[in-house]
This record gives sequence, structure tokens and C-alpha cells, in this order.
Amino acid sequence: MSEVTLVEAVQMALNKAMEMDEKVIVLGQDVGPDGGVFRATDGLHEKFGTDRVFDTPLAEAMIAGHAVGMAIQGFRPVAEIQFMGFIYPTIDQMLNHAARFRNRTRGRFTCPMVLRAPFGGGIHAPEHHSESTEALFAHMPGLRVVIPSTPQQAYGLLLASIWDPDPVVFLEPKRIYRAPKEQIDDDGKALPLDKCFFLKEGSDVTFVTWGAMTVEVLEAAMLLESEGISAEVITPGTIKPMDMETILQSVEKTGRCVIIHEAALTGGVGAEIAAQLAEKALLSLLAPVQRVAGYDTVMPLPKLEKLYIPSAERIVEAARKVIEYT
Amino acid sequence: MLLADVSSQKIKHGHCEKIFEFFSSKTHINLTFAKISFHNEGNNKNVGSSGVVISAKFEIKYLQFLNPDGEVVTKLPTFASDAKKLIPLYEGMVLTRTYDAKAVALQRTGRLGTFASSLGQEAVSVGLASAMKSDDVLVPSFREQGAYIWRGVGMAQMLQYWGGDEFGNQLAPDIEDCPPSIPIGTQGTHGTGIAHAIKLRGEKRAVVCVFGDGATSKGEIYEAMNLAGAWKLPIVFVINNNQWAISVPRDAQSATETLAQKGIGAGIPSLQVDGNDVIAVKYAVEEALNRARKGEGASVIEAVTYRMTDHTTADDATRYREEKEVSAQWKQDPITRLRTYLGNEGAWTKKDEERLTSETRQKVEEAAESYLALPDPDPSSMFDYLYETLPDAYVSQRDDLLGRSKK
Repeated sequence: MSEVTLVEAVQMALNKAMEMDEKVIVLGQDVGPDGGVFRATDGLHEKFGTDRVFDTPLAEAMIAGHAVGMAIQGFRPVAEIQFMGFIYPTIDQMLNHAARFRNRTRGRFTCPMVLRAPFGGGIHAPEHHSESTEALFAHMPGLRVVIPSTPQQAYGLLLASIWDPDPVVFLEPKRIYRAPKEQIDDDGKALPLDKCFFLKEGSDVTFVTWGAMTVEVLEAAMLLESEGISAEVITPGTIKPMDMETILQSVEKTGRCVIIHEAALTGGVGAEIAAQLAEKALLSLLAPVQRVAGYDTVMPLPKLEKLYIPSAERIVEAARKVIEYT
Repeated sequence: MLLADVSSQKIKHGHCEKIFEFFSSKTHINLTFAKISFHNEGNNKNVGSSGVVISAKFEIKYLQFLNPDGEVVTKLPTFASDAKKLIPLYEGMVLTRTYDAKAVALQRTGRLGTFASSLGQEAVSVGLASAMKSDDVLVPSFREQGAYIWRGVGMAQMLQYWGGDEFGNQLAPDIEDCPPSIPIGTQGTHGTGIAHAIKLRGEKRAVVCVFGDGATSKGEIYEAMNLAGAWKLPIVFVINNNQWAISVPRDAQSATETLAQKGIGAGIPSLQVDGNDVIAVKYAVEEALNRARKGEGASVIEAVTYRMTDHTTADDATRYREEKEVSAQWKQDPITRLRTYLGNEGAWTKKDEERLTSETRQKVEEAAESYLALPDPDPSSMFDYLYETLPDAYVSQRDDLLGRSKK
């Protein structure tokens, strides 16, 4: 057991996967001797060499397409995109090819690749470095979108994503890359995909959230606790496909749900969860489902980003609203 | 004919020439694929009194063995030394043309979906495929049916795909050739990824990645070429230049004198060939594949041909190009050209032609009948091949579909 940060857990999972299977290779910009701009691939080049860890030219579409080509040849490429803001050139490859190859060849080719990228704001980064656009990928049939919320989840879900026989977009919440830390075992054990995780059990309201928003959500849950309101906090782990069963069971218990994400409100993944609750849990609900999300604005630069990212205060207000609803 | 030539001028200080000897010393043609000269002193260039040095220059060569009249203009390579050995190439092109005509006819009668004919471009497809070994990997665009047929893909399966059924791409599990790439040029990086996999495993085989002139306008094709150059990947990029990106002619697509020189921008030896001369296409691709297998890296071959018909059956080329331009191009026809040569060499008779016409027609008709007899795919297949195991989240959607499709 060692106490590690989320980004260290990512590095540990990559290291372990590369130890376990020589078909796992790492590619991307500056992932080699530099160890990645966030050090997620630190030490891998030194340990596994230039035949397993590849610094690519600066071309995101190529990184994704090249990974597709390697994956259909039986490798398990883990490709890094440095920031979510630069991931968009890969969409053509992820949507048109990675997510479709199994289907369009009726199983002759599979595409067991992982596309990793840090996402979200709050680290005073330059423009285009702070977006949360997971919903773009969550709309693509044939893909998985995985977002860890703790170091343990980062370790176990990244391993699961690497072993998954289908393509995974693995989005890392960079605001919590360096804190908090968590004791984890480097035992090579994967966590299940397509399953929710409970960060806190509760009985009065269900919070569904992911990534760095877990910080504000847990803070809000603590504040509510002091008011005698018991919040249950669920993080889906896999955003697509979503484990709605667990969320539905929780909402049937609490009767109330608030969905919190940093991504813009309209068309966000929260809208899908709310729609499914309306379809499947209407009679269990004691109040309308609430969403607390980033505004439908362009992600602001650092001077205003704190006002964009949902605060514990906004989450507490939404919780009070569903509790007090009559 | 040198279509682009910045002729060599020796520079006295720090001058280097990177000459790609594609055509190895064993062959009789002393033709380099491309010549790139560059000044390699970095920032310490000795500019002398003129204040200017040339940092790089290049030339693109053009290769043709048979001219449009079927006459030998360059000494033929070994594989073509006996005209009879060229008969399979001729038959492959005729079969491709017959298949295309049948596919268009099926579409016009409502029995096939939108289809992209390769009429006039058969020499590129057949030439490149005939240069490949069976364990090389083809990464095609959507107009390389001649290569697919040559490499043993069933015409009925090809029709099945264009008829709207993904099972047409399933093929045998050990076939590594990629399915047609519909989004233009997106297959370039699949080619580099496959070539990289081959290189990492230390295998002596290579990739042939084909795309059209239109694709060379896309950044991702440059990204693929650039990576292949930087990493010396075992890949041959073939630009099937049919002069038209749907309605946009070649000269409106790019100011470059050749499309081959886009490979020079990636540091890759590049050559232009007459894409209606199947011997030239086969020879250039073979030489490039040999280089790739020997670990000498990537190549770019621009095969200059002409799209003799509409972009697809959904297109009407008379809206944007003159009929007389098209009819003039028939003089370049790859099939007539080779038939003339074979006839002049006494390797092909009228009787041979009659036999081939009848055999080819029969093969294509049989393929069409097999295709038309195929049952519709099982509706659940749209879910069955989405993921290895259908996630719980989508089971109810599949059940809904199955409930409806049983009615």
C-alpha cells in the first residue's frame, strides 16, 4: 500500500499494465523521456524503452488514427492527448473508426485502444485547457467513456479500460490530479466498468457526479449533514454506458436527485440521467430532478473560472430545493 | 518526362544529397524515386558572399513503360519481359471493369446502394495489388475494388457491403486488409499504425495505403506521411489521382506541380507514375514494397489516371465537366493500351478476348446472383457487434428491436 495522487495512480496503472502485457504500448506528445506534461507517463520510457513508449509528432488526429491501426493489429495502445481542448481532431477517428471497426467488419477487427486526456478547469490554465466535453464522446455508439474520481478509481478503471476489448475514452480530472491522496495497492486489480461507485451513503437525496466535482459535492454533503440532511453520493465511473440501475435504486430510496457536472448544462450527460429518471422513476420522485452544471457559456479563462465551476453553495441550494419541495 | 524538376545545382559548402535509390542496382533502370538535396549545417550555414544558400531542393520523376498507343517507351522490367506474363494483369483489369459495370447496373435497377465505379482507373488498383505479397496489408479507399478482387475478396461480398449489409466486410477472420474507408483520407493513419505494428513485431511485410487526389488536401494525410517518414515505417502511400475530387478538378485542389511532392514535404521518397500503365504501377509499388520490407522506410507513389465516370452513382458529372474532356481521355485507357501491346506481341488474340469476355461475364453474373440470393442480415446484428458484450444499458433497446422485427 502506498499513498498516491490520482496522476500517480494513472502512472502506476500504465506501468502495471505494461508489465502484465507486452502488447500495451504508450504513445502521445511528450510521453517519452519527459514523462508527459502532467507526468502521467513518468519513468515508463526509461523502464520499457523506445519500443513501448512513443513520443509522436504533434498531430492529434494522427495519434488517434495511428492507435486505431495498431489496435486492429492486436496491440493495446494507450494514447495521450495533452488536454481535452486539443482532443477534437481525434473525434473523426474515434467516431468514424475506433467506435465502428468491430461493427463495420462484423467482428473481424476490434479496437482495444484507450484515448487518455485530462479534462476540466480550476488549475489556472491558458485558454482551451479547461473544458469538460465528455458528452461529445458519450454520444458515440460503440465507445466507452470512463471518468475516475479518486486515485483508486483511476488505477482500477484505467487497468479495466486497457483490458477492455473495445475503445475507451479515459478522461482524467486534472484539478484533483495532485490532491487528495489515497492509499492504494499496486496489485494489478481492475475495477469493474459500467458500474457506479458510492462515495458516501445517505438517505435523503442522491447526488450523481464525476471527476473533480466530487470535491464540491462531498463538501456540500458535509454541510448538509450538519443541517441533518443525509446525502448519498454516487459516481458512475463509466459515463457511457451508464449504470442507471444503481442510480435508480438510490433514487427509489431517497426520492430526490441532484446531478452535478462541470460540463455545460445543455446536452450534458446529466440531461440523459434526468431523462432516464423521468422515464423510469417518476413515481419514486418526491421532487423534480435538479441539475447543477457549468453554465452554457464558453469556459472562462482563469479570472472567472471559479464562478463557472459549480460551487458547494450551488449544490447545497439545489439539495435544499428538492428537500423543501412540496 | 519530368513533371517537376528543380534541377540539381551543387552547392559548395555543407551540401548534401539524399538520393533515394528506389530502383536497386539489380534492376536495369537507373531511376531514382526522388532526389532531395538539402543544406545540413543548421543555423551555421555558410552563406558566402551571395547571402543566400539553397537549403533543400527536389525533383519528381515520372515513370511510364507503355504509352497510350501500347508502345514500349522504357525498357520493360523483368516481370514484363514475356508478354504472356502480363495476361493476368489484363484479365484482372477486365474483370474489375465488368464488375463495376454490373454494380452500376444493379444500382440503376434498385438492387444496390450508392456505388463508386473505378472505370478508367483499373490499372492503379490491379497494378498495386499485383505488386503486393499475400501477407502485405492493403488499406484502401472506397474505389479499390480491382485490388480487392486481385487479393481474393469475393465480388458477392463486395456487393453485399455496397448493397447495405456490413457482413460484406466481415470476410475471413485472418484477412488483415482494411475495409473501404469512406471518410476521405482517414485511413492514412491506420496505415501507419498497421505498419508500426508490423515493424515492432519485426515482420518482413509492409502496408499499401491508397487514397485519392482529394485526400491529399487533408491535413491528416500529411500527418500520416510525416509520421511514416519520421519513423521509417514500412508503408507505401499510393495516391490514386483520378483528377477529380467529385466536382473539383486537380488544378483547383492544389498549386503543387505534382501530388507526389507532398511526400517530399514529409521527407519521403516520392515518384509519379502513369496510372493508366499497369506495368508502371506494379513496378513502382513492388520496388517501394521491397524498400519497405528491407527497413528503408516509406514511399509515396502518385499514379496519374482519370475518373471516366461519375464520382458515384449518386453523382452527375455532366454538371461540372465537359463530355469532350472525358471522351478524349479514352485514348489513355489502361485496358486498351495493354491489349494493344499484348496483341502486337502475339500474346493475345481475338479468340482470347472472346473467351475472356464470356468467362468474366459469367463470373460477375454468378457473383451478382449469389449477392442477390443473400438473406437480409439478422436485425440483432446491429447490437451484436457494437461491443464485445452488449452493455446492460442497451439490452432493453435490443429487446425492443427484436420484438418489433419478429412481428
